[in-house]
Amino acid sequence: MQGPVCMILNGQRVDVADVPPTTTLLAWLRERRGLTGTKEGCSEGDCGACTVGLRELGPDGKLVTMPACACILPLPMLHGREIVTVERLAAPDGRLHPVQQAMAEGHGSQCGFCTPGFVMSMWCAYRSEPRPSPERADALLAGNLCRCTGYGPIVAAASAAHDLPRPEWDDDDAAAAPTRLATLPTTALDYEADGRRFIAPVTLDELADAAARNPDATILSGATDVGLWITKRHFAPATIIWTGRVAGLRELKEDDGTLTIGAAVTYREAAARLAAHWPDFGKLVARIAGAQIRALGTVGGNIANGSPIGDMPPALIALGARLQLRHGDKRREITLDDFFLDYGRQDRAPGEIVTAVTAPLPGKGLHLGCHKVSKRFDQDITSVLGCFALTLEDGHVRQARLAYGGMAGVPKRARAAEQALIGQPYTREQVDAAAAALSDDFAPLTDMRASARYRMQVAQNLLLRDYLERTTPGVETRLAPATEGV
Amino acid sequence: MDAPDHAPPVRDGVHVPRRHDSAEKHVAGRAIYADDAPEPPGLLHGAFGLATIAHGRITALDLDPVRAAPGVVAVLSADDVPGENDTGPVARDEVFLAASEAAQSGDVHFHGQPLFLVAAESREAARRAARLAQVSYAEEPAVLSIAQAMEAGSRFGTPYRMARPDAEGRDAPQAIEGAPMRLSGRVEIGGQEHFYLEGQVAMALPGEDGDLHILSSNQHPSECQLIVAHLLGLSAHAVTVEVRRMGGGFGGKETQGNQTAAAAALIAHCTGRPAKLRLDRDDDIVTTGKRHDFVIDWEAGFDATGRIHGICVTQMARCGWSLDLSNAICDRAMFHADNCYYLPAVEIVSHRLRTNTVSNTAFRGFGGPQGMVGIERAMDEIAFALGLDPLAVRRANFYDPPDAGGGRSTTPYHMEVEDCVIAEIVDDLAARTGYEARRGEIRAANASSPVIKRGIALTPVKFGISFTTSFLNQAGALVHIYRDGSVMLNHGGTEMGQGLFIKVAQVAASELGLDLDRVKITATRTDKVPNTSATAASSGSDMNGMAVRDACAKLKARLRGFAARHWKVAEAEVEFLANRVRVGRKTIAWEALIEAAYLARVSLSATGFYATPKIHWDRDAARGRPFYYFAYGAAVTEAAIDTLTGESRILRVDILHDVGRSLNPAVDLGQIEGGFVQGTGWLTSEELWWDDTGRLRTHAPSTYKIPACSDRPRVLNMALWEKGMNRELTIRRSKAVGEPPLMLAISALHALSDAVAAAGDYRRYPGLEAPATPERILAAVERVRDG
Repeated sequence: MQGPVCMILNGQRVDVADVPPTTTLLAWLRERRGLTGTKEGCSEGDCGACTVGLRELGPDGKLVTMPACACILPLPMLHGREIVTVERLAAPDGRLHPVQQAMAEGHGSQCGFCTPGFVMSMWCAYRSEPRPSPERADALLAGNLCRCTGYGPIVAAASAAHDLPRPEWDDDDAAAAPTRLATLPTTALDYEADGRRFIAPVTLDELADAAARNPDATILSGATDVGLWITKRHFAPATIIWTGRVAGLRELKEDDGTLTIGAAVTYREAAARLAAHWPDFGKLVARIAGAQIRALGTVGGNIANGSPIGDMPPALIALGARLQLRHGDKRREITLDDFFLDYGRQDRAPGEIVTAVTAPLPGKGLHLGCHKVSKRFDQDITSVLGCFALTLEDGHVRQARLAYGGMAGVPKRARAAEQALIGQPYTREQVDAAAAALSDDFAPLTDMRASARYRMQVAQNLLLRDYLERTTPGVETRLAPATEGV
Repeated sequence: MDAPDHAPPVRDGVHVPRRHDSAEKHVAGRAIYADDAPEPPGLLHGAFGLATIAHGRITALDLDPVRAAPGVVAVLSADDVPGENDTGPVARDEVFLAASEAAQSGDVHFHGQPLFLVAAESREAARRAARLAQVSYAEEPAVLSIAQAMEAGSRFGTPYRMARPDAEGRDAPQAIEGAPMRLSGRVEIGGQEHFYLEGQVAMALPGEDGDLHILSSNQHPSECQLIVAHLLGLSAHAVTVEVRRMGGGFGGKETQGNQTAAAAALIAHCTGRPAKLRLDRDDDIVTTGKRHDFVIDWEAGFDATGRIHGICVTQMARCGWSLDLSNAICDRAMFHADNCYYLPAVEIVSHRLRTNTVSNTAFRGFGGPQGMVGIERAMDEIAFALGLDPLAVRRANFYDPPDAGGGRSTTPYHMEVEDCVIAEIVDDLAARTGYEARRGEIRAANASSPVIKRGIALTPVKFGISFTTSFLNQAGALVHIYRDGSVMLNHGGTEMGQGLFIKVAQVAASELGLDLDRVKITATRTDKVPNTSATAASSGSDMNGMAVRDACAKLKARLRGFAARHWKVAEAEVEFLANRVRVGRKTIAWEALIEAAYLARVSLSATGFYATPKIHWDRDAARGRPFYYFAYGAAVTEAAIDTLTGESRILRVDILHDVGRSLNPAVDLGQIEGGFVQGTGWLTSEELWWDDTGRLRTHAPSTYKIPACSDRPRVLNMALWEKGMNRELTIRRSKAVGEPPLMLAISALHALSDAVAAAGDYRRYPGLEAPATPERILAAVERVRDG
């Protein structure tokens, strides 16, 4: 359906028809709407200064409020959604919202530039969950950088907000939000401006058809990668096809011992399910970017873009995941590791789309260990990620799938190391042998994240850490109580 | 003048932990930063075209594709600069636009150097167009690292030397030779990107007569004004620079904001239209300077207690392609090569290295932190060699306390340390935190933890307060009292989040005897207070507070004289109370006094001025008193490392810091906490990484990792030292606080080093370099285990 982008901005319906489809929400807010409270810090989703509240109705019809980075969101992705900016939080009479008041009274701002972003992250949490513990605050705020305060006063304010009187105006507004959202169109969007097109189908058939008809189109999922092409490389494709409104791609289901994750399921949506089956996988997802990015970024996007340092593929490969693809009416399924051909090259034809990834639910004796190493603990891109799925029987390794990120041009299994383990007793000697075999599997690169030497050494040491964790439960092997939840 | 600590009991005067004056605006998104100001019609947006080689010459330049791009209004190169094509703050060695289109030439000194400037109808159009230039280069070999620069002898000036013999007249090499024990070492210390959350931005508004009004995110409006005037061939009076607030500065906007302001000004000047330039984050990190990285060599002679007899220190600093503030920064590194320690015979030599990298610049601590890391490494390594607790060695070397007369109070630059309270602070902190017991417990626990190792360290800080360029130690203020009794406050200091404006407003409130809400804080402007110094060197409250005090004193003197005449009492019978004035036996409201004074034609506006006393510096002789006083503090940090991956965590930090009599304890604690965390970032996760071609590859938050929320210490206990009291007559006996706490983070580096040592059962010294990234920690673990 040709038409404008329809959304709710700070409680008001806004239809937009006059900006190029790659216009970011941030640029639009600041330059077209005069809402300068939302700041640009990095234009790549890494600092959180542009955090806004994003609202939509979940599959169950309930209101979801989540933080999002406005700097990398193409405006048409707001179609059918509601945006709340920092200007909306105070009461009409000027009374500050509790999260604002707690920040102001608790010395949570110094230069103040990151502050609106923190306030919005805190507001989203305030609307969705109880008072955060300091560890929970780490998780909620990992996507917001502050260079002045050292964070202590901000974490304290996130808690102190819950000691202040409830903001009745904000509760009323939340109560009215579903009704507002229900007024927005639910049909497909075909937006055109400045000679460029943005297509947002709502059914899988429409999506497959649109992709097949526009093989040169850019497939957009969470915009957490494509958004950077736009802001940093001035990427302006003729046609964008967005997967985020396709209901069938946002399903997460379990049957016959298989977990199926729709390609447009976000990290945020997948996290709890993954954590329930594979606790280490849950901890890994909690360390992918910040909450603003996990609310947007998708499992399918993380696979389809083929990055050698995406965090989902190694874990899924270790689990023996399979990938479902569709080209027009043609469907096929391949093992996930076969999808990654070479650096920057995947087994996906133009016009073909990733529709889902499936993983067998854990069988008896299977254990998945995920070990992410990066320069900074939270919200950093992986230097080395080792994901190890081992099935042990009577002290022997019956099955081993060891998958790594950051060690090659693609996420990749360490087959030589696997062979050193399979069928062998699970002992320190065999683990050392597997570690030694890694030099047959990988020849990593040196870059700004880590040297080749370090990567290899850590890849080896992670096998040892995993071994210690499985065999010597009392030994402390990890520094951080990983941040709490997603 | 009133006694320094007399203050009427006004609301939110000095010493009150009042929140930041803009706190409510910050949280509501209503605080206006330079990029938020309403944009005038016809505004043009600028973007730089950047060099894509590290060193060489331009051989051909085609800007026509840039000109032809949609929305482009002007493309400017060196040819278009009417005045001096230079933005250098001290030496005029910093070419602004490197390329000349007319001459088809230009020298390139670093990858990312601005070559030309585009002005377009939108920011997007300008940025797109800037990439379309066709540039050919003749590349030349690039000098990138400290080692390469030392090898090539590529430096600014000759090495600068500071030396002092011991009481027996032995120079440092002789004293080292004569000492019972000797040790030498080297420490490498990385640089640091400021990562102010608000990037560089400026908007220039043309007025009549070719005048310009510039909104800039800038710590040094007066210098920006002069540089823009030189660039455009204007008098300074034609250029007004205004700074309401910055979204963080940290030294990164002391000189580095000028380039952006110059660009906006040049576009406005050449087109007659208002112009704005805001750098994209990646361009900001690539084109603006950072903290200097250093390599420091040291050789020390000492005795069995660890007390140093003589020490030679060689500091090598990477300055980048232009001088910028490097001389003053490297001088300060030398001034802090002693930290809290008396060095009986000492020689410090400093090499300021010229490299084909971005010109390094001011960053919180201004060389002091690097100098301090050098001597702290020596203390730690000496202690390790002697098998002593490093704290014992540190204590054995402290400067004498005040008036001790022990003969251990002269710095390497011949200044007497008259206020050294570090021993008392360290004793207090060590006792409060159970340092010694915890050190033993950690060592015992490490023995039974094969993977995770813990470490602890206590390090002290002594930081010299004053600009070491003496003439910069001056400040001005302007205070108006309006007819309704309300007060407008203005001074030369800029607000970058450090709370300067609220502190100085509290000073004004207390000086005038008014509640804080009667005092209006206003933007820093070069047409209100002229010829100001940068808001830097932690000096903002000290200097501007005193200048405001001076202005207030003038106003009060006028009002007192007027009241005495008007109500026919002696001047001594006029007393300023809170919001009122006692005149003889009656008390009148402030507003009534002001109205009466106005009607009697008394001037209700005053300027104030302050020049820091006592300081002097003879650079040739390396002798003098560059600092008015010193600020002190100490921290104990407990940290843990993962010996399989090199990852680390800071577990607990305890800080005791001396801010004298705090002007605002809440603001001061905020500076301490924020400074500490920023310092830990510098020393742990923040790594600048250039590739072999001289291209900085960590140019965005995706690759350059400042501390995130969960990197803050799990446990942080901070206290202002209760006995703190500046011996000098500073504003209300307070002490500067902006920079000193950053160096408390050196305790984190040493705690990590202690944890690494544990991995090798304390048999070998870890030699951990900064930043202590997981990779460097793991390498150090390997070293101590291989031994």
